[in-house]
Amino acid sequence: MKRLVLALILCLAAVNAVAVNPDEVLDDPVLEARAREISKGLRCLVCQNQSIDESGASLAKDLRILVRERLVAGDSNEQVIDYVVSRYGDFVLLKPRFKSYTLALWLGPVLIVGLGLLAVIIFFRRRTSAAAAAPAPLSKAEKKRLKALMNGES
Amino acid sequence: MTMKRMMFLLPLVVFMVIGVYFAIGLTKDPRKLPSVLINQTIPEFSLAPIKGRDRGLSSEDLKGQVSLVNFWGSWCIACKIEHPFLMKIKEENLVPLHGVNWREVDPDDGPDWLKKYGDPYTLIGDDPKSKAAIAFGVYGAPETFIIDAAGIIRHRFAGPMNQKVWDESLWPIIQELRKQ
Repeated sequence: MKRLVLALILCLAAVNAVAVNPDEVLDDPVLEARAREISKGLRCLVCQNQSIDESGASLAKDLRILVRERLVAGDSNEQVIDYVVSRYGDFVLLKPRFKSYTLALWLGPVLIVGLGLLAVIIFFRRRTSAAAAAPAPLSKAEKKRLKALMNGES
Repeated sequence: MTMKRMMFLLPLVVFMVIGVYFAIGLTKDPRKLPSVLINQTIPEFSLAPIKGRDRGLSSEDLKGQVSLVNFWGSWCIACKIEHPFLMKIKEENLVPLHGVNWREVDPDDGPDWLKKYGDPYTLIGDDPKSKAAIAFGVYGAPETFIIDAAGIIRHRFAGPMNQKVWDESLWPIIQELRKQ
């Protein structure tokens, strides 16, 4: 049991593993923090569901170094990201930008949930109103027929 | 069918439409990424020569005629598969083929590889830190770019070239660019 608990704890500890090598880390902690933040948002092109901050791929390493070199040279976070996007396209962004061509992506889920809610509301409204409404009164012809039936005529 | 009945079928229809999209999506290779650099001028770069050569490769070398730039490394298995075809391009003198020796761990690795298998390249630049590779948006090797005479990237082919893709797509593009 103790072993199992220990193994589980170790598993959890491994989640936070990062790929940044000590020799890549910048001396300036502020720049380093910005580099880490940028790296977390950039996709590793080799192992596509990892960020370059997490990936051990050599291309990710070179991209991490590039990010840091650009920050040291005085680029803003936006400029660094723009440069990488200009080389690899929007795919490199783990979080897609809010642009005219990504509207469907960002607003689609909201729209679908909205439509679903609307459908549910309409469904219940109809059911309650149908239950509440009294049945339509009989027409003259119907009354006549009813009377005839009650009197035993056919 | 009444309107109400049709409404019951709506979820099924929606599901089927989504299903078709997913089915198409599954047949696509997520590793094949389109290059965003098509029809853009080549990035500025200047690479040192590899061991045993006097000249490296810079963006200036890619202007003046249609040429190919091939990113390769001795560590790359697919490059070895592609290599005999590169030799053929050289032997038949089809088009100038330049190489970027990408990310060698040891500076001797690339030159040794060429000595062993043959050297198909006109000019070679050494790119140990992925400077040119990132500038070209390269994410794997081999990758080959077709550059026109004005120094504009016209085509990117990811993966090993072979006779089939050459005949079907790459050679027609090169010939078309030469007419311009």
